[in-house]
Order: sequence, then C-alpha cells, then structure tokens
Amino acid sequence: MLDATAVRLAAAVRSREISALEIAEAMLVRVEERNEALGAYLTVAGDAAREQARRVDERVAAGEALPLAGVPLAVKDNMCLTGTRTTCASKILANWVAPYTATAVARCLDAGAVPIGKANLDEFAMGSSCENSALLVTRNPWDLSRVPGGSSGGSVSAVSGGIATIGLGSDTGGSIREPAAFCGVVGFKPTYGRVSRYGLIAFASSLDQIGPIAKTVEDASVVYDAIAGKDPFDATSVDRPVEATAGYLREDLSGVRIGIVREFGLGELDPDVRLAYETAYRDLERLGAELVEVSLPTADYGVATYYLIAPAECSSNLARFDGVRYGLRVDGADVGAMYEATRSAGFGPEVKRRILIGTHALSSGYYDAYYVRAQKARTLIAGDFARAFARCDAIACPAAASAAFRFNAKSDPYSMYLMDYYTIPMSLAGLPSLSVPCGYVTPDGSAGPLPLGLELTTPLFTERTLLGLAHAYERGTLHAQRHAPPEIPAAASIGGAA
Amino acid sequence: MSALETGVRYEAVIGIECHVELKTVSKMFCGCRNAFGGEPNTNVCPVCLGLPGALPVPNRVAIEHVVRAGLAFGAEIPAFSKFDRKNYFYPDMPKDYQISQYDMPLTQGGVVEFWLPDGVKGSCRLTRIHLEEDTGKSIHGGSSDGRIAGSAFSLLDFNRAGVPLMECVSEPDIRSAEEAVAYLDALKRTFVALGVSDVKMEEGSLRCDANVSIREVGSAELGTKTEIKNMNSFRSVLRAIQSETARQEAILRDGGRVVQETRGWDEAAGVTHSMRSKEQAHDYRYFPDPDLAPIEFAAADIARLMPRPDELPQTRLAGLIEQEGLAVARAHQIVDDAALARYVDAVVVATGSVPASASFILSDPMRLANETGRAVYEALPPNAAAELIVLARDGRINSKTQKALLERVWGTNESPAEIVEREGLAQVSDRGAVEGFVLEVIAAQERSVADFRAGKETALKFLVGQVMKASRGKADPMVVEAVLREHLSARDPGVGTEDGSAT
Repeated sequence: MLDATAVRLAAAVRSREISALEIAEAMLVRVEERNEALGAYLTVAGDAAREQARRVDERVAAGEALPLAGVPLAVKDNMCLTGTRTTCASKILANWVAPYTATAVARCLDAGAVPIGKANLDEFAMGSSCENSALLVTRNPWDLSRVPGGSSGGSVSAVSGGIATIGLGSDTGGSIREPAAFCGVVGFKPTYGRVSRYGLIAFASSLDQIGPIAKTVEDASVVYDAIAGKDPFDATSVDRPVEATAGYLREDLSGVRIGIVREFGLGELDPDVRLAYETAYRDLERLGAELVEVSLPTADYGVATYYLIAPAECSSNLARFDGVRYGLRVDGADVGAMYEATRSAGFGPEVKRRILIGTHALSSGYYDAYYVRAQKARTLIAGDFARAFARCDAIACPAAASAAFRFNAKSDPYSMYLMDYYTIPMSLAGLPSLSVPCGYVTPDGSAGPLPLGLELTTPLFTERTLLGLAHAYERGTLHAQRHAPPEIPAAASIGGAA
Repeated sequence: MSALETGVRYEAVIGIECHVELKTVSKMFCGCRNAFGGEPNTNVCPVCLGLPGALPVPNRVAIEHVVRAGLAFGAEIPAFSKFDRKNYFYPDMPKDYQISQYDMPLTQGGVVEFWLPDGVKGSCRLTRIHLEEDTGKSIHGGSSDGRIAGSAFSLLDFNRAGVPLMECVSEPDIRSAEEAVAYLDALKRTFVALGVSDVKMEEGSLRCDANVSIREVGSAELGTKTEIKNMNSFRSVLRAIQSETARQEAILRDGGRVVQETRGWDEAAGVTHSMRSKEQAHDYRYFPDPDLAPIEFAAADIARLMPRPDELPQTRLAGLIEQEGLAVARAHQIVDDAALARYVDAVVVATGSVPASASFILSDPMRLANETGRAVYEALPPNAAAELIVLARDGRINSKTQKALLERVWGTNESPAEIVEREGLAQVSDRGAVEGFVLEVIAAQERSVADFRAGKETALKFLVGQVMKASRGKADPMVVEAVLREHLSARDPGVGTEDGSAT
C-alpha cells in the first residue's frame, strides 16, 4: 500500500479502508529504514505528520472528500511549515523554525496531505545535483553513487525512493524537472504565477515557482489542482480562473501537434541517450501526435541570460540573512564585521558565487550592460516560444542532457550550469513545463538502468493541456512501470559522495 | 581684498527632500496596523519583519494618497509606475533592501505655492513624489553620541517597519530658510487637508533633509551643496538652514571651498556637523522589485482621484490673501482650522465681508476662546458674531460696546442685536445729542480745554474720554472727537490770554 499512487491512497483513506494515521506511522517507519541511505529528509516531521493524519481522519469521518486524504508529502526545505525547522539546506538558517506556513504547503494540507518531512535541496535551491546542500548528502534511489539532481533533490529522492508519495519542489531554472528526470518520477513546473510563492524562501523571485513531484501524471495533476490559484499574500500570483486538470487527462495524442526544437538537436548527446529520445519522439507519433519542427533561435542564450537575472535577484533576496534578526550570527567588532563574519560562515561557495555575480550585475555602471540586456534577452526568448506555439500545441525535448551523474562529476560551475540547458528557456518564458519518465540508459559501470525524462512544455496557463498530453504519453509508454528503483539498503554503506 | 571688502553678496539655493508617513489603516505591504508607538515589536508580521519567504502586497490606498498629493500640486501622473529595490545593509531594515521607487515614480513635476509672512508669494517646483516603506527604529546603546559606530549594543523596534512613506523631492528653487519653512508648511497644510497624512513632526511622520548651497547673487552656477539631516521641527529647519548658509558664506569669504558632504543638525549646539562625505556614498543597486507588478493608471482612475479645488488649501489661501487682502498669518490661521474656516464662511454669509469678519473673529472672540477654553463656533453662533460685526460697522455700537456685548453673549446664545435694542445701548451718533455732552464737558474741564488750545494735542484724548463717560459709553467716539474739535476751534477765547501762553 505504501507504494500506491496518491490517487489510490487517498481513495483508500476516503473509503476508510485504511486510516491516514496508519499510513503515516508506516511511512515514518520506512523513513527510519531508508532515509539514512537516501538522505532525502533534513528534518523528519513525525509529530506534525501524526497530528495532521489525525486531523485528516477526523475530516474524512466528518464526510469531507479530501483529494489528498492521508497522502504522505515531502516538502522541500525552502518552504515554511509552522513549527518546523526550515533551513534552505544552509548553515545560515540551520536552526530557524518557521513561524508560519507557506500557502502551497497549507493548500496541500488542507487537501489532506500529511507532511512526512522537510526535504534536502541545493543550498537556497542553487544547484542541479543537490551537492550544494550544506547540511546533507542526498542520493539517487536508482544508484546510490549518483546524485538525485537538483535543486529539489530531496523531494524527488523521497518520492522515487518510496518515503513520500508526493513532493513539493520549487523550480527556478529546472529544479523540479531535472531531478525528476534523474529519479524517474514526474516533476511539474506550472506557469509562473499559478502557484503562490508566499512562504517559499526566495532564490530568484521572477523565476521561482512551486510545483508537484509525483509518481504519475495523474497524481501531479491532483496536487496541482490543490495548490494552484490566486493568493492574496502573493502579488505575483495570477488572478485568473484555474482549470481543473485531474478530470481532463487524455488517453491518446491524436490531433496534437508537437514541436521538436531544431536548435535542440540530439547529435551531441551520448548515443544511448540520443536513442532513448529518438524513441520517445517516435512514441509521441505512435500515440497519434504530429511532429513539427519549430525554432527557438535565442534559446541558446538561455543559460547566460538566466545566470545574470537569477543571481541579480538572489543578491538582493539573500541580503536579509545578515545575523541581525534570525539564523546564524557570528559576532564581529562592529555591525559591519558581524555581517561579514556571519555571511562568510553561513553561505556556501555556490551561494556566495551567485551573490557576487548578482551584486556585480546590478552595480552602477554595469547594470545596463548586464541586467538590462539580460531582461531584453528574456523577452526575446519568450517571443521565440510564442512564435513556436503558433505552429504546435506543445514542445518536446530532453529534460536533461544525460542521466544522473556520479557525485563530484561536475567539478566546474559552468558544466553544472549547463545541466539546465533544456529547462532554463521555459523558466525564463514563465511557461508550464514538466518532465515525465521516457526511457532508460545503463551507462558503463552502472549497476542497473537509470531513468531519463522527456520535457513537455505548453503555452502560458495551459496546464490542463500539458498534463493531459503527458498523461497520454505516460499511459502509452508505461516507462514509469517498466522499472522500479532497486531496494534501498537499510543502512548507508555507500561511497562516492563528498 | 576679501569678498567682504568687495561687497559680494550671496544667496542660498535650497532643495528639500521630505518623507511623509501616510495615513492608512494598514502598513504598505502587509495587514499590520499603521499606528504610531506601541510596545516594541508587537505590531509586526512575517512580511514587515522580512522573514524568509514572506512577500509584499501593495496597499492601494497608500498609492492613491500619493497620487492625490501629486495632483494637488498639478503633478503629472505617469500611466505606468513601478516599485524598485534600494539595496543596502542596515540593522533596522528587515530585508536589507527598501522597497522604493527609482526611475518611475508615481508623480512627476508640479508646483508648490506658498506665502511668506510679509505677504510675498513664492513657489517651488516639485521634482517628484514617490512611495516607499519606512524602516524600523534603532536605539544604539553604550556610545556617547547615540550613533551605531562605537555603540556597545543596539535595540531594534520594527513596529514602524513597513509604514507607507512618500518622499517629496523639490527642485532647488528655495532661496532662504524662511522660504523653506513656508514650503514645508504648504506641503503639510495640503496633506492634512487631503487626509493623506497627519504630518506630526513630533511623531516623525514628516522628516526632511535639505540640500543647501550658496552662490553670488546674480550667478547662474550652483555652488557645492551639503545635505543637512536630523531636522526634527520647522524651527530646526529654519535654524539649521540659517546656520548652514552662514557657515558656507564664512568659508567662501575666507577663500575656502565648501566640501560636498552630509551634515547633521545638532539642535542643542545650533550647528551642523559633518556626518559622511560623498566618497562613502552607497551604490544602492536599484532594480525593479520582482515581487510587485508595475502600477498602471487609466485616465478614469486619475479623474476619480483628482482633488476638488475647494479641498485644496492653496485655493482658499489665494482667495483670502490675494483677493480679500487678509494678512498671511490670519489667512493661514483660518485655513489651518477647518472648523474655524467653516465658521468664518457662515459669518461672511451674514456680513458680506471676509476681511471684517476675519479680523473680528480672530481678535476678541479668539482671545475669549483661549481664555474660556471654549471653541468660538460653540460659544458664539455665527449669527451673533455677524450681528456684532454689523452693529459696529453701521455705527450703532462702538468698539467698547462691541467688546462688552461679546463678553456678555459668550456662551449664552443670546442675540447682541436684541440686547442693544432692548437696553438702548445703541451708540449715540446724533450730533445734537453728542453736542449736549460736549458742551457739558467743555464747561467742566477748563484746564484741559486750555491745554488743548495751547497746542497740547493729548488733552483732546482726555476730553473725548470725558464725553464718552458722560454719555455712559454710548456716544460714537468719532462723532465726539469731530464735535469737540469744532467747538474748541470755533470760539477761541483762550488765544492770546495769559492762561493760554502760560502753559
């Protein structure tokens, strides 16, 4: 039962076949067994889980039809949950307890989900492998010597490794989609503004978006339906009706035109990866879709654009971590020395790198050359997508250029930044985009198969279309069922991680 | 030769930036109350504390207040405006950036008109008014001067953090400390009248900095400016600018150069002192706040927010000062007190004269109001005031009777006109009746008559007083004096007598 989908679990709880508390207790036992190996959770929220499970059982008993009744949830640890430690996987917030709950988390709880714990991430969501966590190593359930991807590595590892049924992640330039691809689960970034960011500790405000991580597209759509919609506490959340998605999932792709991006040629990929994606494209056709070539001529500037805008915003967003009011404080001779000592000790190297890049990009004399030009490039990239969508209903491409890599494989920052080559343009354009399992490769030296993800993207606010297409693909290919991650050892005896 | 010897004259060039806390129910970006004071850190929430993950949501009323403030001075309201982040570290700023407006403020341009006490009208162009959030308050302990440098500890209160603040930036059109105060006074008067702010300087709801330079009179070039901070009252603005212009003039006359810097006003010592020089200025790294959508205004929004002319104090002041010829202080006194202004209006309806009504109301009735602690409009109905004014103007009572009647009807709701009628208090202006009293007094006061005739003009005052006394105060003093002069000069028995030349 613990490995059932969210839809199945919630139905069982609603029909009183099993209680939310029973699920929570069983899941907490499994977390006890597996989390040491996986490193998915920074904080296991046993008390919060039991309390919420009891409340869900009461509400079910009172006749409430909760769509996520009793479903175990992993919350990325950059989202606030009242009374729990919320660390952003940073030393600077290592002991900060949130006094309020993020809107997206609150909506999941209101729909009946049970928070099992706070999941690891790259520090402040900056990274693509989860290796930038200052507090914990998270491993890929498919191969414990490999990274889960990032930055939502903990939530994805938890769902893939069976210690959560659903997860909440945040995606700034691919932080839901890339790890979902690496761990063989569904990761969905809705349109920017669809899901409230209130209570999500900001990395890059104009790009950050919360979204679901799930075993199936249907589960993802149920979570999306629960969390989407205007929030009076987030001025950037969009005030337009949310179309329910869960009841509108398609079974085939007939009549659908899917764009294949000319500039995203598969030629530079490893041959087995390339083969898997070529197969995925043929599967789309087999399911009835018409493939058309589209062009995103400026998408190649995505990574450069992103690494100006996101650091610029983060340099400002992370200023508040100064040792004055909360979090780490390292004393100094005066307030300036205290700031310097606190931030030097509290932030890891990648966070510092981005703060410095962003500070430089915004500074007097460089602002026009960097920040303003990056914003113009962003507008051009969004324009490319708009033109492409005149010719197709959705765009398909790899979610990442490879399967999960080993720890310490990307030694220089730039090669790590390129991991998000296929996900960043969609983030810059604010588009709804997801990764769905699409095949497997078995690289040399790998014990078993490693999953790959197909990224599907549709126009702004067309989440129903996107989830519908992804569901049809998932049903038509059964990649999610073809393999399962191997047994997770009860204790960690694994090398390879830093 | 020094400048002093050559007789070079200097003038001040002053621009003012002032921060005004807006009057709203809630703070700028959260639902906390916008209230002064309170136990430290009790009126706070995740948003105004800048807790991780909290987001700002703009207060619509605050935005509209700023637009109305700008429209009051004829400012342009751009169709598109936005919030920017001003990045710098300071302990009482919760996010270590301030949400403000950089290059697209809510209002641009406009002119503030003001009157100096001598009646001269001045004006100062506004550059812009923009909206931002206030910071918390710091108390630095263990240092001699209360500043953060050298302090042993600091206490922080975030109750004020996030209070909506508008910054009004003027062009350097102001030429004296007196004009600066008149300018600020005009802003204050307008903001209070529109209800956009209470403008309580003692609570820090209006704080201003002045950019001050001096130059030779007639020069078109600007001198090096200093920025003066820490001026906590209109009086300190006046003194600080006077002190700073004198300091700069002394430097120039000694052949020195003014250093561009920020200077703090020391109220107790009455001088400005250097705070930091331009070299230490911050790079604030402004950029558009990605948490807040741009603000857009349609023409209909602006039309709805446009203040009516009768809501604006400067409309009223122009009428009182320029058309009715009222003294500036009196005009301000009326316009600054809405209830008094309504009262004056009601009195004018009956008297038909603004100057007569205003000069009466602002003299004895205001004095009585202060003495008795009762408002004029409570203790003296407008029709009673009007009767007192008209009775005197028509010569039916003299000023002495007017005063006595005022004190008598004060707080009683009685009609002065009826009392005059009933008790026969009407002034005697009839020549015949006055003549009787005059002859009586001339007969009785030989000595004074002789003095007057000998050229002692003051003797006449005494004689007028005697006639008034004889008439029991009812005689019209103007008529009395005229009749007295007539009688004393028509027959002149004393001329050339020993009596007359003896004094």
